[in-house]
Amino acid sequence: MHNATIKSLAAALAARTFSSVELTRHFINRINGLNEKYRCFITLDPEASLKQAEAADRMLADGRGQPLTGIPIAQKDIFCAKGWLTTCGSKMLSNFTAPYDAHVVQKLNEAGAVNLGKTNMDEFAMGSSSETSHYGPVRNPWDVDKVPGGSSGGSAAAVAARLAPGATGTDTGGSIRQPAALSGICGLKPTYGVVSRYGMIAFASSLDQGGPLARSAEDLALLMNVMAGFDLRDSTSLDRPREDYTRELGKPVKGLKIGLPEEFFAKGAAPDVVRAVEAAVAEFRKLGAETVELSLPNMKLSVPVYYVLAPAEASSNLARYDGVRYGYRAPEYTDLMDLYRKTRSQGFGAEVKRRVLIGTYVLSHGYYDAYYLQAQKVRGLIARDFAEAFKRCDVIMGPTSPTTAFRIGEKMGDPVQMYLNDIYTIPANLAGLPGLSIPCGFDAKGLPVGLQMVGNYFAEARMLGIAHRFQQATDWHTRAPPGIQ
Amino acid sequence: MALTLADVKRVAELARLAIDDAEARAVLSQINDVFKLIGEMQAVDTRGIEPMSHALDVVQRLREDSVTESDQHALFQEGAPQIENGLYLVPKVIE
Repeated sequence: MHNATIKSLAAALAARTFSSVELTRHFINRINGLNEKYRCFITLDPEASLKQAEAADRMLADGRGQPLTGIPIAQKDIFCAKGWLTTCGSKMLSNFTAPYDAHVVQKLNEAGAVNLGKTNMDEFAMGSSSETSHYGPVRNPWDVDKVPGGSSGGSAAAVAARLAPGATGTDTGGSIRQPAALSGICGLKPTYGVVSRYGMIAFASSLDQGGPLARSAEDLALLMNVMAGFDLRDSTSLDRPREDYTRELGKPVKGLKIGLPEEFFAKGAAPDVVRAVEAAVAEFRKLGAETVELSLPNMKLSVPVYYVLAPAEASSNLARYDGVRYGYRAPEYTDLMDLYRKTRSQGFGAEVKRRVLIGTYVLSHGYYDAYYLQAQKVRGLIARDFAEAFKRCDVIMGPTSPTTAFRIGEKMGDPVQMYLNDIYTIPANLAGLPGLSIPCGFDAKGLPVGLQMVGNYFAEARMLGIAHRFQQATDWHTRAPPGIQ
Repeated sequence: MALTLADVKRVAELARLAIDDAEARAVLSQINDVFKLIGEMQAVDTRGIEPMSHALDVVQRLREDSVTESDQHALFQEGAPQIENGLYLVPKVIE
């Protein structure tokens, strides 16, 4: 059961081969056996999950089933789910039970999906390795001494270890795509504004975007059909007609123009990664696609721009954690100011504090123009590079991450090295473009490599079609980590 | 331009973070590494470039000025550290 895709599980549920309760129980049993090893989940509530599964079985019996009815889905612990502990990987929210559902959670509930549990993540989504979690680092199912990527590392590792057929994630600078790549699965960051941010704990509001993780492009499309859509409660949600994200599955890629930016293949990327990505591009050529060499000259400025904008927005968003209305409060304090300081110093981890300090500095009196305003202007240049590129190609391809999974602890002491992991993923966030990562091979150590695809605004369905065509011709996406059968 | 220990302490105060000397010193060198990286962006000529605050050029929606939420304060205050009569309690701020 656990090796099956969402698509085939849905068919089995519809045919009554097994029930959602049986399916959910199967995954809960797997999690109970393996979560100690991988630490994918922060919170499990089997009773609540099985209650949803029973309701899903009734929906299916009554003929009210939808494509995701009865399918267990792991929820990144950044999404509020009513009655569930929602920690965002932080001590600050270690006692926070969400009083309402995020839009994404609500939509999945309405579709009859089962919430399998809340997945581990970098604290407040600030990280590229899932090591900054207050609840301990997530381990990569391909090699438990390696990180699974981050910040949606718990979701990615859960899907890779066959502890969940699909999961939700969020992507501010690569937090869906990079863990998908390092964990050997598929992940999609939609166009900014396609998935509602309501109930999704804010990190950098102008960049944050929710999206799905799964083991095939087809499954991502099924998840997108439920997760995407207009929501009045998110002021940046886009009011567009509903889309069927499966509509391009099965379409040929003949004549497709693939843009290959030279910056994606420059010296920073590991040779094994470049080799796997180039082989994937060759496969697309074999399938009839054409390639176009191009340049995104300002791409190299993405990481510096991001580390002004994201911390600035984070310092403002995280000001709400003051120990007054909800969440952690320091046990001892003298006056109100002391309560704030002690609560925030004890409740936040080192990486969060570092980013709050950077963000506060760049927004402080006298520095705004030199940092925040300048970063917004360079952001405009980066977006313009993409606009130029899409005049010459339909989709851009390159590596998702410059390397495969690295050792736990390896980059924790050097923030800049950690930040440079996201050099290929951050540009799409800055421009607001959709980005996708799919498995495309392995390095010499047997660790998975991700192929990244960046499309023009609202090109998700086309990108999923292109990825699906690749997955029909190759079997990288079906490979399981060693020891997982 | 490198930050000083005094900068870190001033910013920590603004961000309401308690930080001792040892912690400030440790964080200072890491933050200065990050600002070295950020420096690459500051050298770029952006004269005449419009700042981009959001990915898509959308304007804020307006809605009818009507009540859309019900009163759920009791539910929302269940997770509050300290409340009394529906009010959040903090240490005394006015003598």
